[in-house]
Amino acid sequence: QGGGSAVIDMENMDDTSGSSFEDMGEMHQRMKEEEEEEAAEGEAGAGEEEDGELLGMKGLRGQLSRQVADQMWQVGKRQASRAFSLYANIDILRPYFDVEPVQVRARLLESMIPVKMINFPQKIAGELYGPLMLVFTLVAILLHGMKTSDTIIREGTLMGTAIGTCFGYWLGISSFMYFLAYLCNAQITMVQMLSLLGYGLFGHCITLFVTYNIHFHSLFYIFWLVVGGLSTLRMVAVLVSRTVGHTQRLILCGTLAALHMLFLLYLHFAYHKVVEGILDTLEGPNMPPFQRVARDIPVVSNAVLNTTAKAIALTL
Amino acid sequence: FPGLTDVSISQDIPVEGEITVPVGSHSPDEDYSTLDEPVKDTIMRDLKAVGKKFVHVMYPRKSSALLRDWDLWGPLVLCVSLALMLQGGSADSKDDGGPQFAEVFVIIWFGAVVITLNSKLLGGTISFFQSLCVLGYCVMPLTVAMLVCRLVLLAGAGTVSFIIRLIVVGAMFAWSTLASTAFLADSQPPNRKALVVYPIFLFYFVISWMILTFTPQ
Repeated sequence: QGGGSAVIDMENMDDTSGSSFEDMGEMHQRMKEEEEEEAAEGEAGAGEEEDGELLGMKGLRGQLSRQVADQMWQVGKRQASRAFSLYANIDILRPYFDVEPVQVRARLLESMIPVKMINFPQKIAGELYGPLMLVFTLVAILLHGMKTSDTIIREGTLMGTAIGTCFGYWLGISSFMYFLAYLCNAQITMVQMLSLLGYGLFGHCITLFVTYNIHFHSLFYIFWLVVGGLSTLRMVAVLVSRTVGHTQRLILCGTLAALHMLFLLYLHFAYHKVVEGILDTLEGPNMPPFQRVARDIPVVSNAVLNTTAKAIALTL
Repeated sequence: FPGLTDVSISQDIPVEGEITVPVGSHSPDEDYSTLDEPVKDTIMRDLKAVGKKFVHVMYPRKSSALLRDWDLWGPLVLCVSLALMLQGGSADSKDDGGPQFAEVFVIIWFGAVVITLNSKLLGGTISFFQSLCVLGYCVMPLTVAMLVCRLVLLAGAGTVSFIIRLIVVGAMFAWSTLASTAFLADSQPPNRKALVVYPIFLFYFVISWMILTFTPQ
């Protein structure tokens, strides 16, 4: 009926059954199967006629809609496969790793220099290579600190603790700050937040690297204030430049400063406590109880140096 | 074509020959023969390939053999032997025998995966498993260092032994880093080599640190 006639059958113009998008998939499948069957049987001629009848679409309108639905199916399938290959690809992260070594070095140094101009939004580079490497460096330094203070016990959980702490801080605090920034209407994206906080860890790395090797309480406090403070000031200044309104600025910057400085304090004292434990057991009753308040430096520092040297000699 | 008018094939010369072109049809035969060969041959061939790669790591020249036929047997053997040797480094014998082995294993493989991803994201042309292969094989100098450290510690655990161990581990660490850099940095754009070398340096540094601070019971 459909194949040989040159006359358009007008009464079937409104027959759009079977032209919906969902049916296209079925039709394609059936068409493919039919094609295979025809190839096997070798009946080339009867194909089109059977197609027209089987699909239940007659008339010009039906054929047009069939074409459109057909096209939509093809496009949809292509889009789905493209989306899949896009998200399963690590190339999605590639633009964030597009840096030169000079740039990384410049940004590392800049992270310690607070900016003065807070009325104009400061530029933050949305780069993930530097922060990632800094987090790994912090993990390595933590491991070193743990080893020199507690070589013997609980080695099984050292690596897990170090990695968990550092990555947890970087990712968790970044997300929290991004959420706060969203609440306070600050103009910063997630990648920029990750980048900012990551580069702020440079100060932490320097401080911990120095103070894990030289066990002076006062030295640590100086480094904490100066180095930690500089990197915090930089992060705070950049955030302030991107936020409007006094209350919002106060909330954001207060939270960030507190979290950043407290993290450095935590990293130092979580492993310093272990050193203290060794000190107490080594000196026994002769040693006055080690207090964490600032006191006469020379007396304490000599004792600390001696016991540190003893501890290192013991562990080796 | 005047010259072709008198071309003819005389009837009494039969036209014969092979229609099939003998194009490298030895490969299906080879497959069958590798199935039939004795197991010793298969193992020896694989062992020879692994051994050749070890030699490449010992004398890092810019050859592509390590990259072309990558395999993960060598890294597995090295990783397991290093993890086994690093066990028993705790005073408490009732715990930490298990987690230490798993820790070293996880550090090596997780670290290698991270470095590979990093080098790919920086625009490297090397494939995932090739990079894993190179990084795993370059752990070999550190395994040798671990062996030496264990032997030195058998003799005693004083300052002298620490200095010897420090020198040995330091030298092997430098060798590992240089060897893997020789293979991996070539696949990067020239001005970004430092970006790829740093994580490799950190990775081998962590492993060297674990070896250096190892104290047996």
